[in-house]
Amino acid sequence: MKQIFALLSGLIFGFGLIVSGMSDPAKVLNFLDLFGTWDPSLAFVMGGAIAVTTPGFYWLTRQRNQPLFHTKFHIPTRSDIDAKLLGGAAIFGVGWGLGGFCPGPALTSLPIMASGTLIFVPFMLIGMWLARNTPDLGRAKQQGARS
Amino acid sequence: METEFTPWLSLGGGMMIGASAVLLMATNGRIAGISGLTSSIFARSTDGEARGVSALFVLGLLLAAPIWVLVSGSWPEQWVPSSPLLMTVAGLLVGFGAAYGNGCTSGHGVCGISRGSARSILATLTFMATAFLTVLVSRHIIGG
Repeated sequence: MKQIFALLSGLIFGFGLIVSGMSDPAKVLNFLDLFGTWDPSLAFVMGGAIAVTTPGFYWLTRQRNQPLFHTKFHIPTRSDIDAKLLGGAAIFGVGWGLGGFCPGPALTSLPIMASGTLIFVPFMLIGMWLARNTPDLGRAKQQGARS
Repeated sequence: METEFTPWLSLGGGMMIGASAVLLMATNGRIAGISGLTSSIFARSTDGEARGVSALFVLGLLLAAPIWVLVSGSWPEQWVPSSPLLMTVAGLLVGFGAAYGNGCTSGHGVCGISRGSARSILATLTFMATAFLTVLVSRHIIGG
């Protein structure tokens, strides 16, 4: 069951990206172009998503001890603000502004096979692999000092 | 090039994204963060069960557009304006940055903000700021 719902969640997410216009990089870049051909649509995407997710998560985590088909909720617990978080976000933002794709819309657009997407996705996967294999120097140093 | 302002479709699509995030949490207990799910597929630390869930979610994403075509008869409207070289750099930066900063538009921007996570709120403000700046520079300072 959990596998079926994982697939279904991905499908609904993909449809949401297509309906909302997020899968079109031209629209995303125009959202980011405040001083040019500005298209505020994507603020409505974020607003709509947060308006559903906030009460949904609130209700789930208070009313239930565990998900329907799994033993626990995997909810991030870290609250420290570190250079890795902000540095990663800053780098991600630059790439998003250059191409108009973030990971969800890029994967959803892959079957449409625009040449830009066919280039973007493999390099995005390489970037992810590199990040997963880059040690967190700040954290390593801290932990070294503690031990 | 101008694109049409679509407040209702965007709001509706956004709510579907929210519904997907709630459904994945309700059934699998996982955050619908695309960079986290995707990169966990090939991370050594992921256990087999989590890898399967992530892979199926990504498969769902990949199937959305083909099913869209079967039902509506046409591909979703799309234009990828940036040059191949720019898309190479953009892909690397997006993949690296999102995985290094533990999240992207979905993980931090939607799920994190919805949990009231200070880390996600700051990450979202940061990537929004650098994205706006990047477009400002590329379209109006260098390109303008």
